[in-house]
Amino acid sequence: MAKLDAEKVNVYYGDHHIIKDVNLSIQENTVTAFIGPSGCGKSTFLRLLNRMNDYIENFKKTGDILIDGGDIYDKKVRVEDLRKRVGMVFQKPNPFPKSIYENVVYGLRIQGIKDKSKLDAVVENSLKKVALWGEVKDKLQQSALALSGGQQQRLCIARTLAVEPTIILMDEPASALDPISSAKIEDLISELKENFTIIIVTHNMQQASRVSDKTAFFYLGELVEFGDTDQIFTKPVKELTQNYITGRFG
Amino acid sequence: MTLLEVELQKMKSEIISMWDLVISQLNKAQQSLVSFDKDIALEVIANEKRVNGMELKIDRDGESIIALFNPVAIDLRFVLAMLKINYNLERTGDIAKGIAKCIVNSDQPFDEKLLHDTQILIMFEEATDMLEDVLESFRNEDTKIARTIFKRDKFLDEINKKIDLNVAEYIRANPTNIEQSLYIHSSIRKIERAGDQAKNIAEEIIFYVEAKVLKHTSKKNIEE
Repeated sequence: MAKLDAEKVNVYYGDHHIIKDVNLSIQENTVTAFIGPSGCGKSTFLRLLNRMNDYIENFKKTGDILIDGGDIYDKKVRVEDLRKRVGMVFQKPNPFPKSIYENVVYGLRIQGIKDKSKLDAVVENSLKKVALWGEVKDKLQQSALALSGGQQQRLCIARTLAVEPTIILMDEPASALDPISSAKIEDLISELKENFTIIIVTHNMQQASRVSDKTAFFYLGELVEFGDTDQIFTKPVKELTQNYITGRFG
Repeated sequence: MTLLEVELQKMKSEIISMWDLVISQLNKAQQSLVSFDKDIALEVIANEKRVNGMELKIDRDGESIIALFNPVAIDLRFVLAMLKINYNLERTGDIAKGIAKCIVNSDQPFDEKLLHDTQILIMFEEATDMLEDVLESFRNEDTKIARTIFKRDKFLDEINKKIDLNVAEYIRANPTNIEQSLYIHSSIRKIERAGDQAKNIAEEIIFYVEAKVLKHTSKKNIEE
């Protein structure tokens, strides 16, 4: 069974038909890249997966999105619970104006967990998973805002990991970072794949080809082509995909 | 046109120039064989340095395009195919030079009967035509033409297979002309390899245009 299934998904913002009849199936422990020009619907589709669009005015969705076989838009599903299972990392690092330690445990504290030894263990594990532990272990009580951009982004990923999601959504997670920090995030993505299912939106073709197993190309709200990344970047089936990835567009 | 497209166009022009030069090298080698004009043969030998220079330039350009532009899909296949075609053309240039050397080393015009019996001129003609046709296939991205090359390479292979017998027979009848016979024997082997190079180039054109790999596939699959 697929980790995530989208079946005939349509999204409307008022009269605007943003996502058109998208069917997509994502397997567990894979990295899937969503690519496409600005306004093609890839970020909207990504935000559907943890119901971030719910509060947008005039938002309407048809079709089903299933995670582990369950409809995430079912009335019985609590959005808070869903977001524990589906974490998100944004384009711009957004640490809270708190200590490094408090950033990591933020989600756990909301869940009511107070056991210090448990929180300490989660902080260490999460920071180790994002390869940040060695850099910050002696200054956990310092402000997260004092970290570099790349460190802040890894901290945000650690904060996401702390609540033990199974899917991580990343919306251009490295676009605001320098090449070295960006490379660290890419390395991290391939390591995290062992334990998580990752979906990443990126405008950087080379990044998509380096980090992902599968690539989905969106254009004007439609899923034009979805396949193995290797196939998409060497012999795409659709001419539109070829024109986009080779830069001959419009 | 994107910057990458400009670079790819430049590379295409460069490889066509090299291709034209290599075709001219084969034509001149054949011409000097028939007319026993050593000046033409020496020109072929001298021009080989130009072919080598072009090969190095195209190799460098291919390396730069991959490093600087990260081509993908058809653009990547184009660059990869160009690098291989570049190698095949250079090898064909070597073949023309090798034949020209035989002509320079020979001390008398080649016996017409030897040329006729070994079918070397027919082979020469066919190998050069094949190289011209793959060039046309490349210019027009026409893989139908490229697919005709495989059968024609077989034709060269067939003549090549008979070469030991044909030359041995000629030597028995003309025992004083052994040296020339060996030159022709060696040249026919070389021309057969020129056919192989044209076939390799045809495979690369099909790979670049259709994303199909035909190396080591059966004849039936190739012609489909």
